[in-house]
Amino acid sequence: MTDRLVNAPQEAGAFMERDFSQHPPAFTPGYKSSTLRAPKQALISFASTLSEKTGPAFGHNMLGEYDNDLIINYAKAGEEAIGPRIVVHGQLLDQNARPIPNVLLEFWQANAGGRYRHKREGYRAPLDPNFGGFGRTITDENGYYWFRTIKPGPYPWPNGVNDWRPAHIHFSLFGSGFAQRLVSQMYFEGDPLIKICPIVNTISDPAAIDRLVARLDMNNTVPMDLSAYRFDIVLRGRRSTFFENRKEGN
Amino acid sequence: MMLPRDYLKETPSQTGGPYVHIGMMPNLFDINGVIPEDLGGDIVLEGVKGERITIKGRIVDGGGNPVFDCVVELWQADANGIYNSPMEHRSGADPKCIGWGRQSADDNGEFAFETIKPGPVPAPGGGLMAPHVTLWIVARGINIGLQTRMYFSDEEAANAKDPILGKARMIGRDGTMIGKRDGDIVTFDIYLQGENETVFLDI
Ligand SMILES: [Fe+2]
Repeated sequence: MTDRLVNAPQEAGAFMERDFSQHPPAFTPGYKSSTLRAPKQALISFASTLSEKTGPAFGHNMLGEYDNDLIINYAKAGEEAIGPRIVVHGQLLDQNARPIPNVLLEFWQANAGGRYRHKREGYRAPLDPNFGGFGRTITDENGYYWFRTIKPGPYPWPNGVNDWRPAHIHFSLFGSGFAQRLVSQMYFEGDPLIKICPIVNTISDPAAIDRLVARLDMNNTVPMDLSAYRFDIVLRGRRSTFFENRKEGN
Repeated sequence: MMLPRDYLKETPSQTGGPYVHIGMMPNLFDINGVIPEDLGGDIVLEGVKGERITIKGRIVDGGGNPVFDCVVELWQADANGIYNSPMEHRSGADPKCIGWGRQSADDNGEFAFETIKPGPVPAPGGGLMAPHVTLWIVARGINIGLQTRMYFSDEEAANAKDPILGKARMIGRDGTMIGKRDGDIVTFDIYLQGENETVFLDI
């Protein structure tokens, strides 16, 4: 029996219970779009099964050379997007502080004037013909990621009569299991719009909001070229499997 | 000596917003030339084992309006119930079954996935879970991605023993997790709120 346990591949650990105090609730009337799209019934809670412990994998060979360079990945040859040039970088960790290697990050954002390249966008700020606003990368063996972009502008949006979003970059994050799937937004240190944003304020814990604010990182700027922001990301951690009851033949 | 250390806290979720497609389906939304094709278009490849099916449905908000601006992802096992994933401890997954897909809803809130019917998957602690696919929905107005499962109407016996459907049955809501199979079409409408609200999972 011991031999079998040592030698047989073990089922991956279940995920730690999600701490919903760190997330916005579904129903947040200050963000009006949520009111009809928020489930009102309690979620059904269940320890993760194989269906959530597993998840899709994407290989580094899928990436094109400029996938993580929003300054040029939509630009005409020899041209670049307009705006404050920045690099955004950080480490993807789980709740056990273990790096998460080889997982896909996708990001999207408005241009330097706060305008998205999208058919339903209504802000009068102009498009930048050299900026698409989409990029992606895959974390390295230490869970690090980086991309080059321009700092997006803040923008007005129809919620209250005069609501403005702080400058932000949207993130989509995979992990090693589908239960880690997450979308979020990264803000920029020092932006006065953060504290009055109805979407930021769907999160009630100020310390949780602070973890969405990227820090100016003077140690990783490129002089006369790029400013730098650091944004570390934490996905759900797995429980260890040492103490799980195992049935014979299971 | 073991140093005292707290577990890290998960990064908080924020809505995907109204322009979620830029990041997830750029080509479909006219951002061409950055990547050759959008991810998630093929859940299965030519030569996959199993019954070919189309899973389709409509996503509706609490006012009966179509959720026209969402993105839906699907995750499933292959025809033998094995996941094509580095975290799957069993070997033998069908390499033609990628198991993951991503679609945008259309203006009517309708989505469709071309796939195969998955096999049953081992349940925690023994036994089997009935065949199912996991669905995950993000959109403007959804503050944290909504996860649910779709089971199959032609699996009554397996569904009766499924532990998660069993939890939903105790509160009379298991019917919201069953896709209705008619030939090779399985229809699964999702209600974010209201009388027929779909069961969403914390798992
Ligand atoms: Fe945005």
